[in-house]
Amino acid sequence: MNERLRVTLEEGVLPPLVALVVALVAGDILILTYGQAPGTVWRMLLEGTWGNAYGFGQVLYKATTLTCTGLAVAVSLRAGLFNIGAEGQLAAGGFGAALAGLALPAGTPSFIAVPVCVIAALVAGGAVGMVPGVLRARFGAHEVIVTIMLNFIVLALLNYFVSAKLHVPETLHTPEVHAGTLPRLAGSFSGFHGSAANWSIVIVAAAAAAVGWFLFRTKAGYELRAVGLQPQAAEYGGVRVGSTWRNALTLSGALAGLGGINFVLGYKGYYEDGFTGGAGFLGIAVALVGRNNPLGVVLAALFFATLSQGGLAINAMVPKQIVEVLQGIVILAVATAVPEVRRILLSSASRVAARLSTPRTSNEAARR
Amino acid sequence: MGNAGAVPAVRMTAIEKRFGAVRANRGANLEVRQGEIHALVGENGAGKSTLMRVLSGMYPCDAGTIEVGGRDVTGWTTAQAIGAGVGMVHQHFMLVPTLTVAENVVLGREPVSVGIFDRARAVREVEALCEQSGLRVSPERLVADLSVGEAQRVEILKTLYRGARVLLLDEPTAVLSPPEVKELWNVLRRVRDGGATIVLITHKLDEVMDVSANVTVMRQGETVARMATRETTPEGIAKAMVGRDVDLTVREERRAKSEETSAALEVRNLVVRGARVERAVNDVSFTVAPGEVLGIAGVEGNGQTELLEAIAGLRVATSGSVLLGGRDITALGVRARGDGGLSHIPEDRHRRGLILEYSLADNLVLGQQHAYARHGILDRAAIATHAREQIAAYDIRPGDATLTAGALSGGNQQKVVVAREMSRAFSALLAAQPTRGVDVGAIEFIHGELRKARDAGNAILLVSAELREVLSLSDRIAVMYGGRFVTVMPRGAASEEALGPWMTGAKREAAA
Repeated sequence: MNERLRVTLEEGVLPPLVALVVALVAGDILILTYGQAPGTVWRMLLEGTWGNAYGFGQVLYKATTLTCTGLAVAVSLRAGLFNIGAEGQLAAGGFGAALAGLALPAGTPSFIAVPVCVIAALVAGGAVGMVPGVLRARFGAHEVIVTIMLNFIVLALLNYFVSAKLHVPETLHTPEVHAGTLPRLAGSFSGFHGSAANWSIVIVAAAAAAVGWFLFRTKAGYELRAVGLQPQAAEYGGVRVGSTWRNALTLSGALAGLGGINFVLGYKGYYEDGFTGGAGFLGIAVALVGRNNPLGVVLAALFFATLSQGGLAINAMVPKQIVEVLQGIVILAVATAVPEVRRILLSSASRVAARLSTPRTSNEAARR
Repeated sequence: MGNAGAVPAVRMTAIEKRFGAVRANRGANLEVRQGEIHALVGENGAGKSTLMRVLSGMYPCDAGTIEVGGRDVTGWTTAQAIGAGVGMVHQHFMLVPTLTVAENVVLGREPVSVGIFDRARAVREVEALCEQSGLRVSPERLVADLSVGEAQRVEILKTLYRGARVLLLDEPTAVLSPPEVKELWNVLRRVRDGGATIVLITHKLDEVMDVSANVTVMRQGETVARMATRETTPEGIAKAMVGRDVDLTVREERRAKSEETSAALEVRNLVVRGARVERAVNDVSFTVAPGEVLGIAGVEGNGQTELLEAIAGLRVATSGSVLLGGRDITALGVRARGDGGLSHIPEDRHRRGLILEYSLADNLVLGQQHAYARHGILDRAAIATHAREQIAAYDIRPGDATLTAGALSGGNQQKVVVAREMSRAFSALLAAQPTRGVDVGAIEFIHGELRKARDAGNAILLVSAELREVLSLSDRIAVMYGGRFVTVMPRGAASEEALGPWMTGAKREAAA
């Protein structure tokens, strides 16, 4: 028992911690090159984030979106697939929520409007996620390529819809939704005043718990993880690998899409072109650092949100881009240290190689 | 011990090695004379590989001493071991497929002239080494193009090239065909005659009898016996390995079977496409009656894998049909076939049979996960109970259901697969290589389970590369060659001599 605890700590907790220490040391050096005292800068970063209610609210706001995209990537990785399309799925989710909110008549009660808008976000993201899923299951198309390409397509389409049909003049955003907005946390806790943190955090936290429950407590989760670990054994165990891929990528897209409610329903009340701001891509890092575990994803999302918000807090002393360097270092360090990341990267490399050498059989396997 | 005069090539005393809570070696002793072939035998998980890795410097030992050529080398590193001429030939090849034989052999010790890799000299040196050791393989060929037997020769050459005088071979025959095994023995004898000392890890007793001068037996981390091979028998070694008497004889008793009841499993004109050939299974038809074992003999790669996978639903048949208890299941998926009463021990437990990162408990329900779920939610309590029962019934060790399957020895992994497939309700069982890479005690146990399943009235389709296994278990024996059943004979008419010409394709006729 003790032994197992030790292994869990060593494999699960140690790599992110080591990554953090490496990043801190690198950050120290960077700060020193600007002639500032690292201790002061770090303290400033903490005070600007966890040290006051506004900063903390901003951290929570940013972490909410990152949790969704992190969960999206984590679910796909658990199925042995790499969803790099969370950026487009997040945008699609936000757009779906906004459309639903615009379609509803003004004055629709929240208990109807909010679920409708949330479901619209899930469906829109899920629809975008399903495309690479179906292509993978039917034709063996590599999901990495498809999801990357789909980002461009989805973002361009949304840009077209908003600028050509739906925008408020002189802006690149839609009109405000008529119903379905979520109140800011500041409304209930005055301390958060001015921060964007809103009640979507509760919905997203519930989603994280549901994903954990799904992966480890349900038959579908058992099968999804089996497909990710050993597709041939899963197939032997009666799992339809192709449909599991499709479902996993659809779920992944839906989770990324859910992130859209944070901005659209909780913060601005409208869809704005470019609101995603890279949160979809950062979701990859969140999933890796969070070890594809829902709780880990939440913690990693808080961590990256802290860095991002902290960058603003220390901008007076050092360039805020320092935190982007730190993010990069954390990602690299974790990617090197985490065993399953190495395995997934290796296996997708060998999968590509296998496909190149025997195109027919791998397509056959994918179709089944 | 301590034969007077000569200093032993290797002497390991009271070696202790722990991995967490597992004591892989507990006070193990090993003494190997200069210039002998020494067999190190024991069941899977007995600690043989660990002991050899300690000797080759891969693991430090927790206690005990190691002497090589009379010098205390306890706690040395791999580099020091190689420097002192102790080299390990690994069970899993560590070769670079895109490089040539010569390049692989010299890898890490490349001859250089003016700082540049001297390919011509590498080839010359490897050629000379081949000549001298009798290991025939062309230095200019790509490793990717070699057969398994040839790749293994390259591994041995690599070790010799580094100047090894003590060669440690970890289950070298696991991947070889019988003629390749014979060839390996010749090579090892020649290497020994050249003055080298060889330690051979194995769990196949005929190999021990074939080549070794002395044998050390390990059981549960301890070395329990050391004997001269000439003075012992396979039964004697087996007894030391498992700690009790073992029946190694091929059982010939047969029950009188009722005449041709309706078939439990029937295959009609099945054609299956393989990875490389259009008709890996080429128009095969047969039936298996309840309570009957149909054994398929044949050299691997003659369509056995494709046949079983097509019956199991893992491969789509090009044409033909499969009937289970008279019901056509050709169009059904894997799960529906399983629910219909088809059980399957797959030939490759690592790729198909187990999910190595899953716990024993989760592996024990693989394929029946839907039976252990209510409304899509896993019944964790039922899964745990099931695991406890199977671990007890099949004596799976270590008996902790939360361990991952990958943490178990090969024999125990196979027991997990057998336990799972035997514990479900079934009427027909596909058993592919049911005892591959499994130790003597577990083989006996698995054979017993197969006989029990047969006696309970189940149909069994057995495929095995071990001819003796097919002969020992089957009621009828079919030989598969080139995707066809070239002959089917009753057990009474079958023998290694009678089956041999069919297996090699020397005799060909359409099966009756």
